[in-house]
Parts: sequence; structure tokens; C-alpha cells
Amino acid sequence: MPRPLALRLLEAAPLLLFLAVILLFGTQSAGFLTAANAAQILAQAAPTVIVAVGMTFVLLTAGVDLSVGALMFIGAGVAGHLAIAGYPLPVSIAVMVAIGVAGGGVNALLVSRFGLVPFVATLATLYIGRGLGRWITETRAMNLPESFLVIGASEPLGLPLPVWAAAAVAVAGQCVLSTTPFGRYLYALGADPEGARKAGLPTRRLIAAVYVISGACAGLGGLLALARLGAVSPRFGEFYEFDAITASVLGGTSLYGGRGRVLPDTVVGALLIKTIFSGLVSVQADPYLYPLITATIIFLAVAVDSARSRLAARLTRRVIRVDA
Amino acid sequence: MNAAVAMAGIQKAFGGVPVLRGITLEVAPGSILGLVGENGAGKSTLMNILGGNVQPDAGSISVGGQPFSPRTPADARTAGIAFVHQELTLFGNLTIAENLHLTRFPRRWGLPWIDRRASVRQAADLLARVGLSQRADMLVERLTAGERQLVEIARAIGAQARVLILDEPTTSLGAVERGRLLSLLRELQDAGLAIIFISHELSEVLQICDSVVVLRDGQVAGTGSASTFSVQSLVALMVGREVRQLYPPVRAPGNQEPLLEVRRLGEPSVAHEISLTLHRGEMLGVFGLMGAGRSELARMLFGLDRHTSGDVLLEGRPLSGGPAQRIRRGLAFVTEDRRQDGLCLEAPVADNMTLVHLAALTRTPLRLIDRAALRAEVARMSTDVRLTRAAPHLPAGRLSGGNQQKVILAKWLLRPPRVLILDEPTRGIDVGARGEIYELLHRLADTGTGVLVISSELEELTGICDRILVMRQGEIGGEFPRDRFVREDLLRAALPVRVSG
Ligand SMILES: Nc1ncnc2c1ncn2[C@@H]1O[C@H](COP(=O)(O)OP(=O)(O)OP(=O)(O)O)[C@@H](O)[C@H]1O
Ligand SMILES: [Mg+2]
Repeated sequence: MPRPLALRLLEAAPLLLFLAVILLFGTQSAGFLTAANAAQILAQAAPTVIVAVGMTFVLLTAGVDLSVGALMFIGAGVAGHLAIAGYPLPVSIAVMVAIGVAGGGVNALLVSRFGLVPFVATLATLYIGRGLGRWITETRAMNLPESFLVIGASEPLGLPLPVWAAAAVAVAGQCVLSTTPFGRYLYALGADPEGARKAGLPTRRLIAAVYVISGACAGLGGLLALARLGAVSPRFGEFYEFDAITASVLGGTSLYGGRGRVLPDTVVGALLIKTIFSGLVSVQADPYLYPLITATIIFLAVAVDSARSRLAARLTRRVIRVDA
Repeated sequence: MNAAVAMAGIQKAFGGVPVLRGITLEVAPGSILGLVGENGAGKSTLMNILGGNVQPDAGSISVGGQPFSPRTPADARTAGIAFVHQELTLFGNLTIAENLHLTRFPRRWGLPWIDRRASVRQAADLLARVGLSQRADMLVERLTAGERQLVEIARAIGAQARVLILDEPTTSLGAVERGRLLSLLRELQDAGLAIIFISHELSEVLQICDSVVVLRDGQVAGTGSASTFSVQSLVALMVGREVRQLYPPVRAPGNQEPLLEVRRLGEPSVAHEISLTLHRGEMLGVFGLMGAGRSELARMLFGLDRHTSGDVLLEGRPLSGGPAQRIRRGLAFVTEDRRQDGLCLEAPVADNMTLVHLAALTRTPLRLIDRAALRAEVARMSTDVRLTRAAPHLPAGRLSGGNQQKVILAKWLLRPPRVLILDEPTRGIDVGARGEIYELLHRLADTGTGVLVISSELEELTGICDRILVMRQGEIGGEFPRDRFVREDLLRAALPVRVSG
């Protein structure tokens, strides 16, 4: 049975919203619809996309990772020190990702081994991570040497390197989710944890894995954010957890687990948020409006999502009889 | 020759309450063992021990002559044990093929990727064996309970196990699917599998099994070759006493006052011009094959699904709105999928039972819940549905499957509804309790409630109903008053009509 038009429209809602936003700002501001601005938005969105990919993995298991921003902060602090001390760039990169993995490992331990509720466990690591980060940076802004900005500045094939990195992570993430047993296990686990256990899936290891993946993505995302900014401020990485969750949910990932995709959904969600904020800047909107607008977007996303599932349930009902 | 499975002296207690007290049984390769017993006798617990889901307190197991003590379901799987659980364990957000291959996805050349094409092809073969005509790449959440049960069976068969455990595999199946399953089991038996078959359909058990073990209160109450038992003797062993007639005596038909009137109900590709009248105090049966649209009709009547044409009147006034409004008008609906729609598994039995009518159990002036009244009501309903052994504070999910079903019945019957719609109400309920529930339904009808019973079991319907409607392909295919209950006629009316051209 071909999927009805209304359903397909609702399923494409994030994408349509994205196009509408582009059109809206394009007509409002002359500089908005330019290739340079597009590249700019993509580069801005790259760290969020990467963190959101990791977040989607966690959300699929009906968990959540609030610690990503804090992990970015610790990583940036340590990498900053290393860079200033003259260590070569690859060392800083490796250390940031390693710190993300380690922090994710702590979350994994708390959730899968000690059975803590993900929200609480990662809230704890969020606070610990923020504290640790402040201690490492001595609550001062750190300016990084020029060498660090190379990552953000180089443009292979006409697009900034971070954009390529984000694209690679997103494609890899989606491949893992849809084509490997591990990916399919995550969907099963998110839909019915007890059933997954009965089916003999390694549920603890799966749960542990998503937090490690999310941590690694936070490390990588932090690196890209750092390469863009060139400095570590005491507020580095703040609100990344919310951006990442919003991006995933906007794209259609369910907070109850078992539903969601990285490509195109989460990526579209992330681009949508960044485009809106970039657009607001370009039309010089009142900064006090930003939170209101964020709230509206989230509300819209949730409304569309529930309309979509209701319509899907009705339209894809089984055919019992063939009506003439 | 070694037994495929031998369990000896198995004991298990939950929270100090003994559930299994030294069970010993054996299954030979190429044979089918029937495991029967009342609800809560410990059948599923015993099999969960064999399947690695539950750890025994004492006793030993051997599989193929080797000592075996599974700690996880994965251990049991590696030992060649496949398990169809009593409660469906499929993942709705995955496709049929993915569910079938969850723990052994086909890959190619050792790559980490799933070989999707091989997966779908193998799945299609398995589906053909169990007789399910759905595409293997369809999402499981779109299947009916019966179709899911077939997928579940296909998954176990596909595991190429040496031992196959089936815990009430036929509860959601129609007569045709049951028949096919039984012949499939014979095939597997000939191929040398050891099969353990749990069912409350005792005639089915006697028909397919080589030997039978009867459990009562966690002990073996009787065992022997199937040919030495009759349905009556099995029941007597299960219950510990002689059980008289399963079905209550024929009741005098109620008056002909219409209670629920359905007029030309229609919904594209689901229902066509369905008209029916349920009278006050009537027991009306709805028979049909799997996928005839019976559950869909019930869902529309209860306001869960919408219909595009026609209307429904209760006592002459139109019914509209969702379930909440219809419950207030006196409708009650026991769904076919207890795990999904019927129960809060984590909540205590008492809370589940009183969920619908909690407002009636409050005390003025503050409308706080009257604990004493609640306890009394729960005790009364527990006796009514014969749920006596279960503690009211136990989470509903801990009850045996049949006892969960009784909790759902109790929930709706706490206050007699005007119209009671039941979709496969005695699924998984043992014969003893079944008789009591039939009587309960009759008593309810005697007080004026109209009862609409959907069932795939023709015996059940002819046993308790005053009138039977037969559905096929989303429409009413026939109507039979009690004096015309002829098995062949009813079955014929249920068969799909072939559309020519
Ligand atoms: N996890 C648990 N905690 C406490 N009690 C339990 C638990 N699991 C099972 N029980 C109890 O053990 C008893 C046996 O349950 P079991 O599921 O084995 O019965 P059964 O023979 O399969 O019944 P049915 O025919 O209804 O499926 C029941 O009284 C049940 O309440
Ligand atoms: Mg059971």
C-alpha cells in the first residue's frame, strides 16, 4: 500500500519546517541566502550534529545523557593546557576523544552496572564534570595557539573540515543503527528491555556502549567547537546537552526509546535549530526572544510527532476487506 | 538412549512462597511432552528455569545427557533450547524478519553488516512453514495478536533447536492456524526434536502429546503416556476433584429489549455495513476466523478506533467520544492483548482491579480513597474470578498468565457494566476457573447486562451464548439463534466468500 500523502507530509515535517525557515529568513535578510552563510551555518552546526548523533543512540535505549556539555568542557580544558604547553595537535585531539570516552565510561558504569536512572546518573556527572573543568581551567578563559585553529579553517573540497567530520559521523552512525546487529539490538532494547533480556541480548553491554558512544561524540564535538572558538571559556559546552536532545527530538526520536534515526532526522533537527538562531541574528532579533522561539520549536516538534503517529496508526490500519 | 531433557527435584520459592516443590520430568528426543495444570500451578516457572530466565533453588537439569545449569537465556539458547513464551516477546518497532533473526542475523563474508536480503528470504520461508501470509519486512506492531504468535513460533523453529518449549502457543490462534501448528509440531517431532507443550486446551494436549505431566500446587500430580488419560481424568488431577459440566446450564433468553444498537457501521477496508442489536440481559457471541475484523469491531464500539459511517446507540441514545465517555455510559471492554492494553504490570493487583471504579470507592467529604472498602471489594472480586491464592499487593506482572487475565475481568466487573465486550476472555484460563467465569458472566447477564463475547473457540460460544453472529471480511456473514447452533453451519458462514473476477 503506498503511503498516503498526508502521512508523508507529516513525516517530512522537520524538513519542511527547515525549508520554511530558510525561506522566511531569506526574504527578511539579504545576506542570509548566500553560499557563504550556508557554509557558516553548517560549520556552526557541526559540533551539535556530532553530539546529537551520540545523544540519539542514548535516547534510542530510553536513556538520556545530560553530561555531554560537561565532558566537552573537561576535554577542552585539558586539550587547551596541552596545546599551550606545545604538544602537537594530534595529541590534543586524541586526549579530547579519550576524555569523552572515559566520561561516557563512568556514565555507562553508573547506569548499566549500578542501575542508576540515566537522568540522575548523568546529572551527577554533569555537575562533577563542570566542577572538574573549572578546576582544570582555573575558571579563567584560555586562549589557544594559532595551530589549533587549523582544523576550523581548512576547507577541503570547499567545505570546512568540521562539516566533513560531522557528515562522516552522521553517516557512520546511521549505518551502525540500520545495518548492524548492534544497531538493531538498540531498537529492541529501547522498545522492551525485559523482552530484550529474555531474547538473550547482552542488555548491560548495549546500555554501556551507548553512553561510551555518546561520550566519544561529545569529545569529538568539543574538539570541533574548540577549533571554531579558539578559546576555552568557563561556560564552554554549556547547553549542548539541550541542543542535542532538542535536535534528536525535533528530528523524530522518541524519548521513550526504540524510535528515531540519525539520518536524516537528527541531522535535520540540528540544522534546523542552528539555522533559526543564525537567522535570528541576521535579522537582529531581540535576544530575549530566543528562549521563546526555542520553546515554540520544541512544542511544534512534539505536536507534529504526535499528529504523525496518530495518523500513521489510522492510515496504516490493516486491510480486512477490499472495498469496491 | 539419553533423554533430551531431564529435570530432577526442581524447587523454587518466590519471596518465601514455594511455587515448585521438587519437580521431576523427562522428555525423549522425538517426543512431545504435555505439561498441564491450573493457573499458577508453576508451569511457566518450571520452563523459565529450563530457559535460563529464573534460577532454581534446588534440583538438577541435564540436556542431552550433560549437566546443564543455565544462568541466562543466552545459555539456554546455546544449549539448543528454543522457547515460545506465554507472553509475546516480539519487538513491535522491528520488522518480522528482524525479530526472527534477532540473535543470529545472517551476514555475508564475515562483514559486520546484516545481509538483509538473506534475512528477508529466510524469514519468508519460516513464515510459510507456520502459515503466516505477511511480508517479512512488515513491522511487527502492525500484526494482530494471533499473527504475532505465529511469528513467535516461527522464531523458535528457525533457531534449529534440539529442544522446543511452547508455553500456551495457541491462545490467540484460530482453528485453522491451530491445526497447522499441530501438524508442524509432528513434523518437528519426526525430525527428532524434543518438545514441551503447555496448554489449557486439554483435548489438544491429548491429541498431540506422547506423554503428559500434570502439575498441581508445584508438585507432580500425575504423569504417564497420553493414551492413559482422558480430558476428565486430566481435569480431576489438575484440580484435585471431579469437575462437573464446564458450561453452565442453558439460560432462559432475556426479554427482547434492545440495549446496544449498531446501525450500518462502516470504515473503508475494515468494516462494511455492520448492523447488530444486543438485547438487555443477552449473551451474544461473535465468531469468525483470524482477521475477520471482530477485534476491530469491538474497538470501534468502545471508541478506540473511529468509523466513518453508521452509528451506535446505547439505550436509544447515540454513543460518541472516546473510551472515557463510553465507560461513563456503562461500557466495559476486555481486550485481547492483556500485556499491552489491559494491565499495569508494575502496579499491585488491588490497584489494577480498582482502576476503573476508583471514584466509587471514595469517601465524602474529601473524596479520599476508602481503604477498607477497597480491600473488601478486592477480596470479593478475587473470590468471584477465583483469584484466591494471589496476594493483592503483589505487582500484577508477577502473577501467572491466567491469573493476570482474571485480574482484568475483575477490574471491569467490580461494578456491573451495562454492556460488557469481551475479546477472547478465557485466553490462558484453566478449565476449572473457566467454568466459574462462564457462570459469572451468566449471572451478570441475568442482572440485565448485555454481554458481547468475541471468541475463536466455537465450543465456548455455543456453550454460553444465546445467539451467535459470524463475521467474515469485515461484515456480518450470518446470525444463529441457539436452536440453530450447528458447528458445520457456523464454520461455513465464517469462511471467506470468493470474489469472482
Ligand atoms: N517473579 C515472581 N515473583 C513472585 N511470584 C511469582 C513470580 N513469578 C511467578 N510467581 C508465582 O508463581 C506461581 C506460578 O506461576 P506460573 O507462571 O509458573 O504459573 P502457570 O502454571 O504458568 O500458570 P498459567 O496457566 O496461568 O500460565 C504463581 O502463583 C505466581 O504468582
Ligand atoms: Mg504460565
